[in-house]
Amino acid sequence: MTGFPPTRAQRLGRILLTAFGMLFCLFLIGPILAFVPMAFNDVAILHYPIQHFSLRWFRALFASPDWSRALLNSFLVAAGTTVLALLIGVTAAIGLWRWRSAGKNVLMVLIMTPMIVPSVIGATSMYFAFARVGLDYSYLGLVLAHCAFAAPIVVVTVSAALQRFDGNLLRAAASLGASPLLSFRRVTLPLILPGVVSGAVFAFAISFDDVVAALFLAGPDQRTLPVQMYMRSGDLFDLVIAAAATVMLVIAIALMAILLFVRRGDRLRQAGAQETAH
Amino acid sequence: MSLSKGSDVDSIVRFQNICKTYDGRSQVVRDLNLSVERGEFLTLLGPSGSGKTTSLMMLAGFEMPTSGEIYLENNPFSSLPPHRREIGMVFQNYALFPHMSVGENIAFPLQVRRLGKQEITTRVRRALDMVQLPGVTDRKPAELSGGQQQRVALARALVYEPAIVLMDEPLGALDRQLREGMQMEIKNLHQRIGVTMIYVTHDQQEALTMSDRIAVFNGGMIEQLAVPKTLYDTPANAFVAGFVGDNNLLRGRVTKRMGDQAEVELPGIGMVRARLGDAREGQPAVLAIRPEKIALAVGSFPVGDGNRLTGTLIERIYLGDQTKLAIQLPDKQTVTVKTGASQFHDAEGLVSVGWAAEDGIVFAA
Repeated sequence: MTGFPPTRAQRLGRILLTAFGMLFCLFLIGPILAFVPMAFNDVAILHYPIQHFSLRWFRALFASPDWSRALLNSFLVAAGTTVLALLIGVTAAIGLWRWRSAGKNVLMVLIMTPMIVPSVIGATSMYFAFARVGLDYSYLGLVLAHCAFAAPIVVVTVSAALQRFDGNLLRAAASLGASPLLSFRRVTLPLILPGVVSGAVFAFAISFDDVVAALFLAGPDQRTLPVQMYMRSGDLFDLVIAAAATVMLVIAIALMAILLFVRRGDRLRQAGAQETAH
Repeated sequence: MSLSKGSDVDSIVRFQNICKTYDGRSQVVRDLNLSVERGEFLTLLGPSGSGKTTSLMMLAGFEMPTSGEIYLENNPFSSLPPHRREIGMVFQNYALFPHMSVGENIAFPLQVRRLGKQEITTRVRRALDMVQLPGVTDRKPAELSGGQQQRVALARALVYEPAIVLMDEPLGALDRQLREGMQMEIKNLHQRIGVTMIYVTHDQQEALTMSDRIAVFNGGMIEQLAVPKTLYDTPANAFVAGFVGDNNLLRGRVTKRMGDQAEVELPGIGMVRARLGDAREGQPAVLAIRPEKIALAVGSFPVGDGNRLTGTLIERIYLGDQTKLAIQLPDKQTVTVKTGASQFHDAEGLVSVGWAAEDGIVFAA
């Protein structure tokens, strides 16, 4: 920042930049937000403006066995995926953190594979593989598939948290008599918690959001909300799909709020530590 | 077999033939044998990479010896995991748990040992009093200064009353004045509670100030293990002479042995007499003389009793309580002299130096 007042050209540039930024945001979230009001529209047609405010689509969503089952399935699978992905991801991240070797980076990239390779490839191969061991059309199969996509991101977020973790603290804890497990619970985990929570949020979101793997691996009993929406998207007069989308949006916002909260707390703590260090 | 040796009766820790290598070729610690006496303040002193910290880490259990065995109370020890060794440890960067308050940090080892709440509260308070830091129980470590944090770390390492406390350059991150204050405090604490302390530092002044005994490490081996005064007055070899305290090291050759003294030829300068260290007759040698043992006179006059040399004053450093003078000898080697006498503050030109034969020691080069 210069001390001088902005010139006319600078001011114009700033206005243009702001306008462009706002347009871009509109482009990103406009379609999402445009869909929401339809869920509250009394008329069974994709149509603006809204005639009468109504919750009929939400009532239909929760009353329909198909839809409510799908919603429940989505929650169950996402919860199972989150737990399993945390278990695998956190242990993998700690293992990588402790392992000081040249092979570490190669392994890190290998772990990222499921995030980079198109998910349809993974889903197809898991479909055939799981069929052979009887895991197709099962909750476990779906959770395992989602976990393959979700665990890598947990490794990433937890690894980032571990980079700022002082390994000497574990030595201190051991010298004070704490077993490795106790050290993890009382020292490591509290200090890497922001990374763990971020990982959990992403894992949940990845599972909740997935259509591809669920299309391949979920039977009628395991049908998740996105799959149900996909199946019913042909029916233009059934706006339950808009209500379902709104529910998903609310959940997504809740997840983002958790992320924001975790990051803010982390930043505040760092700032506090830095301030007193000076 | 070792029970027959009198020195082992009082030993609390014993390193026996300890070797450590990371890559299978270069040895970080070479055949280390060291007995730590119960209740002593032992310092492992040496330059970085000399194996002192590795030895400490093997005792703490964070490194495994490649071969050899460590004994605690005559029981083999090196396969025990660190958390079951009951050894306190203080780290250079304090290693306080940042998410816990000072009180929680100090309570941690007591909680691990499942002590009662009441007992823990009492002992945490006593530990903070002991390191003269009362009333900070509820603060976070980050809210304290470096010196205060190290006191908390000290309290945490002592609160569960381990028989041995290890310190890895604990004062290295503090500024000089604070460091000197903490040296005295740790020393006093050691005398008060009688715990065995093993202290690692590269600062020879700190080692001399604090220790009962000092083990000087170099290249993975102990060059000398002795009380501070012996280490300073009678170093075992040229390395110890150069590392502990200031010393003038002049190149020469032993020409003749005479009992516990020797005649040393300094090429281009002349012959001097000195105590015989580990130098051999006819071999290249190093003559060590402490700067404060050298007497000085302006001009070419006999000075001191014994050896006499003349040279040119080339540098004068004023230190306040004394003056440090650098004198170049005819063969371009330099002798440093420390003197408190004020008449040399503005000395110049030709000077004479002299020292008693027993103040010089000649070592193998």
